[in-house]
Amino acid sequence: MVVKASPRGLAAVPTETVREDDIGEAKRLELYRLQVLIRDAEQRAYDLFLQNLVKGTSHLSLGQEAVAAGCAAAMQPGDLSFCTYRGHAHTLARGVPVEKVLGELMGRDNGLMRGKGGSMHLTSVEHGVMGSYAIIGAHLPIACGAAWRAQYKKQSDVTTCFFGDGTTNIGAFHEALNFAVIWKLPVVFVCENNLYMEYTPIADVTAVPSPAGDRAAAYGLPKIVIDGNDADVVFTTMRAAYDKARRGEGPSLIECLTYRYSGHSRADPAKYRPAGELERWKQRDPIKLYRRRLDEMGFDAGKLDAIDADVRRIVDEATEACKKAPPPSTDLLYTDVYADGGSTWRN
Amino acid sequence: MAELTYRDAVARGIAQEMARDEDVVFLGEDIAKAGGVFKATVGLLEQFGPLRVRDTPISEQAILGAAMGAAMTGLKPIAEIMFADFLAVCYDYIANEFPKSRYMTNGQAKCPLVVRVGSGGGARFGAQHSQSVENWCMQYPGLKVVAPSSPVDVIGLLAASVRDPDPVIFVEHKSLYATKGEVPDGEIVDKLGVARVLRTGSDCTILALGLMVPRSLAAAEKLAAEHGVQAEVIDVRSLVPLDAQTILSSVAKTNRVFTVEENPRVLGWGAEIMSIVADEAFYDLDGPPVRITTPHIPLPASDILEDLAIPSVARITESVRRSLSA
Repeated sequence: MVVKASPRGLAAVPTETVREDDIGEAKRLELYRLQVLIRDAEQRAYDLFLQNLVKGTSHLSLGQEAVAAGCAAAMQPGDLSFCTYRGHAHTLARGVPVEKVLGELMGRDNGLMRGKGGSMHLTSVEHGVMGSYAIIGAHLPIACGAAWRAQYKKQSDVTTCFFGDGTTNIGAFHEALNFAVIWKLPVVFVCENNLYMEYTPIADVTAVPSPAGDRAAAYGLPKIVIDGNDADVVFTTMRAAYDKARRGEGPSLIECLTYRYSGHSRADPAKYRPAGELERWKQRDPIKLYRRRLDEMGFDAGKLDAIDADVRRIVDEATEACKKAPPPSTDLLYTDVYADGGSTWRN
Repeated sequence: MAELTYRDAVARGIAQEMARDEDVVFLGEDIAKAGGVFKATVGLLEQFGPLRVRDTPISEQAILGAAMGAAMTGLKPIAEIMFADFLAVCYDYIANEFPKSRYMTNGQAKCPLVVRVGSGGGARFGAQHSQSVENWCMQYPGLKVVAPSSPVDVIGLLAASVRDPDPVIFVEHKSLYATKGEVPDGEIVDKLGVARVLRTGSDCTILALGLMVPRSLAAAEKLAAEHGVQAEVIDVRSLVPLDAQTILSSVAKTNRVFTVEENPRVLGWGAEIMSIVADEAFYDLDGPPVRITTPHIPLPASDILEDLAIPSVARITESVRRSLSA
């Protein structure tokens, strides 16, 4: 799906909607649930910041839930995700428990990495979340390497690499795209274009209107720019990209148009946004949009309400568990620098 | 036992490990069809095929990033960064990615890879193709840094590096590629973190790395022949892990210590070692610890100028003699 994009606004979002019934009821319920879960957990992370229970920084995906949900729902067990510092959503979408994520944000012993990584480095290898990377672009080549391993060992997993629009202007993006294409690697690059590179409109600093889509041709790839606020569109697009990768036909680059409701990070009130922009995007809120679609399709409202309630309970219970969790043991300061488990570098 | 060049030892070391373990793969610029710009990887493509020995574009970030992703998920990659100076264009992986992933993930992520680099001066290549980069790498907790000075050490330390579960920067010296040494037949596997006493002596300890090892040995012979000074020469071999005990034992015996470093003066590898000596062996010392280094300048291209910059046998000899007689 290709659209004429003007990345500054809603005009760019494709209006075509995918409603093929081959998505199926169970998958749609999963897509709905994942989006609600991400929304509630991210909102809770924000609330915990305001209570000073989460220290440091955080980069929320409020408003961008459909991308993480649509991708994860299209993955198979064993597939790998490489995320950015804005990675809570992608981590949760792979089934990592909310408590583990919030615990990590709060620097508690029950956190995913027992407080050693923090918000920007969420990792759960057992769930295929191979790390969240806080240096822009760094993980695109790393994702290539994971895909190379699958290709070399004739394993069937596909690697997904998530990044933002700002990443398309750093060298590693271009090195990785070229590399993935010449080696025909089973990797899918997913650009979440939320219109802002940190505090700056992406259009102000990018040579082409679609920061990822318009670069695809340089690497012999088709331009794919989709509505990143429509979980069905994300799901079906990703499903096709994963099928292509599993068939040995190489990488894809997919640009998802979306919008972040919060600032770039905790420190950013996002005052640079033109008046009315946020409100217009909220009219296309991915969860509202999806709920409306499921209602129109005749999904049982009680069932959907039950999902909402169940998610709220999970997030509440996770929050309480994290508040009660102890801080990490101070012994952890010196563990796992080297593979022997310690930090000894000399005799 | 056969005589082998340092250059051929690189190919033999890689081949030894690739033949042993199918998970060992090798990537870099011009390493496959061309056999490497230093001809150190000739024959590997023919022996192991294009799936395991892969030419890459000039994309140093892609090379190191791909090596890391492969290492995290089950392979044991060897990546070549042709000239060590080029580490600067992919330094994110050296500084931020390889060394921190295990710690940040509380031990979930692993990164068993080797990055081979062609380091050092003496080839008249000028300031951007001649640098010694050991100290660029040794400052990051989580990385290991190894620098062989002889063909047998190339094979043994490379094998140890490939088998090591941590990321290792393997610093080869370009001006040693043509040098020869005796190498035993069969598999050779060394150990990281073991310094080697190459010449025993009672008057002073000289610590050296890479090309500075043969120069220090030659200086020690001159010191003995011309000045009656018996220098103990230690090839440090591995900066991380560091065999501090071998160094401290030697200093306890000789009571004087010198480092011979090819890097520019400020924050060279010897500075860290001298700080350990000062902390832990201060009362063993009969005189100041002395660092013999390249001055704090970029390396010039002209042979006359480059030879003045990098510690020579004559400069090492004179520095030690002067310091001991002061």
